[in-house]
Amino acid sequence: MLEKKPIIFLLIATGVILIGTVVTMIAPFKWINDPKLKIAEVKPYTPLQLEGRDLYIREGCNNCHTQTVRPLLADVERYGDYSKAGEFVYDQPHLWGSRRTGPDLARIGGKYPDAWHYKHMADPQSMVPRSNMPKYAFMQRPLDASLAERKMKALGFPYSQAELDALKGKSEMDAMVAYLQKLGNDIPWRKAARTTVAGDIKNPFRDDRSVLAEGKSIYDKECAQCHGNDLKGGVGPSLADLKQSEADMFKIVFSGSPAGGMPAFGDILGKERVWKVVTYLKSRGH
Amino acid sequence: MNQREGYTDDVVKGFITWSIIWGVVAVLLGVVISLQLAFPQLNLPPYLTYGRLRPIHTNAGIFGWGIGSFMAFFIFITQRLTKTRLWSPGLARFQLYLFNVVIALAALTLMLGFNRSKEYAELEWPVALLVVVLWVIFSINIIMTIIKRKEEQMYISLWYIMATLVGVAVLYLVNNAAIPISLTKSYSAYAGANDANVQWWYGHNAVAMVLTTPPLALFYYFLPKSTGVPIYSHRMGIIAFWSLVFMYLWTGAHHLLWTPVPDWVQTLAMAFSVMLIAPSWAAVFNGYFSMNGQWHQMRENYLVKFLIFGVTFYGLQTLQGPSQAVRTFSAFIHYTDWIPGHVHMGTLGWVSLILFASIYYTVPKIYGREIYSVGLVNLHFWLAVAGQLIFSITMWVAGIQQAAMLHATNPDGSLHYSFMETLVEMYPYWHGRALGGIIYFASLLIFVYNIVKTVTAGKPAAVTQKA
Ligand code: HEC
Ligand code: HEC
Ligand code: HEM
Ligand code: HEM
Repeated sequence: MLEKKPIIFLLIATGVILIGTVVTMIAPFKWINDPKLKIAEVKPYTPLQLEGRDLYIREGCNNCHTQTVRPLLADVERYGDYSKAGEFVYDQPHLWGSRRTGPDLARIGGKYPDAWHYKHMADPQSMVPRSNMPKYAFMQRPLDASLAERKMKALGFPYSQAELDALKGKSEMDAMVAYLQKLGNDIPWRKAARTTVAGDIKNPFRDDRSVLAEGKSIYDKECAQCHGNDLKGGVGPSLADLKQSEADMFKIVFSGSPAGGMPAFGDILGKERVWKVVTYLKSRGH
Repeated sequence: MNQREGYTDDVVKGFITWSIIWGVVAVLLGVVISLQLAFPQLNLPPYLTYGRLRPIHTNAGIFGWGIGSFMAFFIFITQRLTKTRLWSPGLARFQLYLFNVVIALAALTLMLGFNRSKEYAELEWPVALLVVVLWVIFSINIIMTIIKRKEEQMYISLWYIMATLVGVAVLYLVNNAAIPISLTKSYSAYAGANDANVQWWYGHNAVAMVLTTPPLALFYYFLPKSTGVPIYSHRMGIIAFWSLVFMYLWTGAHHLLWTPVPDWVQTLAMAFSVMLIAPSWAAVFNGYFSMNGQWHQMRENYLVKFLIFGVTFYGLQTLQGPSQAVRTFSAFIHYTDWIPGHVHMGTLGWVSLILFASIYYTVPKIYGREIYSVGLVNLHFWLAVAGQLIFSITMWVAGIQQAAMLHATNPDGSLHYSFMETLVEMYPYWHGRALGGIIYFASLLIFVYNIVKTVTAGKPAAVTQKA
């Protein structure tokens, strides 16, 4: 019957398409917008952060980086607390992405000091030699913020004249780093997730020279970008002649010093490898 | 020529020519970005970085090569199935012109960084508006031709064509809703998890309405035309049609498993994805059963070879897809290279093989010439299949390996590998993929050469076959 009636066919086909649409695309608005999912600490973007976000979109960073941490061990230990719907209410559009050529950035905020980002954005390979991230040194050019106020108004975000004035003289890089440092940092997850060291803190490899080679290779891969190839420092302080005890070194490497800009390596490396790199540092100190 | 039948075929020629050109661009850019991943020094900031070129690649592939050819063949097929001349040839010529303007503008604006960031809906609002105009013109022309048709019965291909026309319209309008800031900047009308859910309702149904229903329309038309025997079961085609267009719309959230989108939406998506195997495979079986007693044509008839390999990749694709939609497996391979492996079995295997067959069938017909070289057709076929398999297989292995490394833990529960330790293992696979891409690109050049030669120097067709 339908084989002969194109108009009726079109209407029915549209109806059939709309059933799944209504249930799985329109209805979920009600669930996602549930006031119970709101998180009071999550704040809208400032004008500078929003400009950074727009640059992130312009450069297509979302083609390599995702922004959602899944509730899976491999995600949570690597990237931090899993993502919650309430954290994204100011994201128009969302930037969750579909491909992790690079690491997830949902909680990159506060992981590194600003200085690390400036160097890394300009020349990723200088920090992480085998990275395939493009170099964005050109973003040191001045930021065009002429639409800033209109953008804030359109999205209904609060802003002050002082914030708008402060955009003058900023570079694109400044905006990008400001955005990255905000990401995932509104909820105090770092404090909650901070891995503390339990049990006795004793180096199982003390004076065991056989682990030095591995310790050095861990250092080169994970630490040299901030503490320098020769331990002389850079983004982080020099580690050349540390007077700290092994236990204190272990603690800062394992749990990090988020306020000071030193990331925690406990989840990423595990106790054993942290001890190995500490053993290596100690061997260089004397 | 089809003067005799009085069909409008000059715009078909135009669309075929331009879709091939955009197809070459898409594949070339695919090769470029695959090399950029393997050799990052090939990024040339600011305009030619991976982040800006990848969306041009996907848009040129899906819209330039895919939609461009579908426009050609929808116009070609609809006229023949309705035994009616295209409703407005003038409108179709304008459509061809607008199509090229839109694709060129898309490439240019994306390179300049005017990008909405939503996958397959990246184009900023002025260009997106032109896309809407384009689609409306196209739809009116096809639907009016169908309404004015001389053949009462509507063959299954016309069903898929009409579903594509309404499906794309609904999807595109909803997902492109935006708050404009300037001519080159807008924000999505939806926020956060809502935006993600709308996006992947759109994204997966772009797969349905652009990479599934149109090639199926072509397959159902060109397979019987090529083999000379009718399709096995029209009835099965129709049942499969309704279940396919019903179920696809429920599955978008399988791109969002384990994200903050409500669990029940994810579960529905997972269930419907698995159910989709049935209508998908109904089309595959319909193709296979139509070959009963005709399998010798796989050797003798190159069109059949393209079509049957194409639908076989479709079959594999629609088994692999549902497996990826299962939460446990998704936890593993989501975000890895496994997915580009899946994507390109679909685009290079299924969609492109069907398009090659359609072009090889149509071009000799509308230019009244014989194909220039059957030997080159066969070479094209084997190189294309080899390139695609190298691409997909290296990516599946790469995806599994990276996933296994990312999930590996030490006895104390900490992770065994840092992210970079997993990434450096990907380089050899990325080299392999680039090689597969280069082989595919070479096959495409052979195809283009053969088509150009057919048009310019092919032997005039002995007997004008009936279209
Ligand atoms: C070709 C893919 C690619 C593109 C495009 C890309 N990145 Fe990356 N990015 C990577 C890879 C791979 C890494 C991991 C190695 C490293 O740190 O360089 C990375 C690392 C990072 C990191 C550090 C993450 C961490 O936890 O250590 C940040 C921050 C970052 N990228 C930001 C950006 C921004 C901002 C853009 C867009 C301007 C961008 N990336 C574009 C691939 C990419
Ligand atoms: C993103 C840059 C960065 C990386 C990567 C990094 N560090 Fe640090 N590190 C810092 C900063 C910044 C400080 C200073 C922290 C403070 O003052 O609170 C620091 C402090 C330290 C200290 C204490 C130094 C002192 O004078 O008290 C040690 C030990 C240390 N890091 C070891 C490591 C080791 C081992 C690694 C590799 C596993 C590493 N760091 C990786 C930035 C980094
Ligand atoms: C041989 C030619 C091709 C090569 C070498 C190639 C290469 C690539 C590469 C490197 C990516 C990025 C993968 C990643 O994110 O890690 C990609 C993505 C993509 N390509 Fe291609 N491509 C080719 C042909 C095509 C064609 C013809 C189409 C469309 C008809 C297409 C559609 C896509 C799509 C849709 C994506 C996005 C996939 C996703 O988001 O997961 N490609 N391609
Ligand atoms: C029953 C049919 C299918 C199902 C259930 C299915 C399922 C899926 C799933 C679950 C993903 C997401 C993977 C992830 O990111 O973890 C995906 C991605 C994709 N599929 Fe399929 N698939 C099917 C058929 C096809 C076909 C026929 C094509 C045609 C080319 C195709 C093209 C794509 C593309 C382009 C993507 C990448 C989207 C992106 O991330 O940008 N799929 N598919």
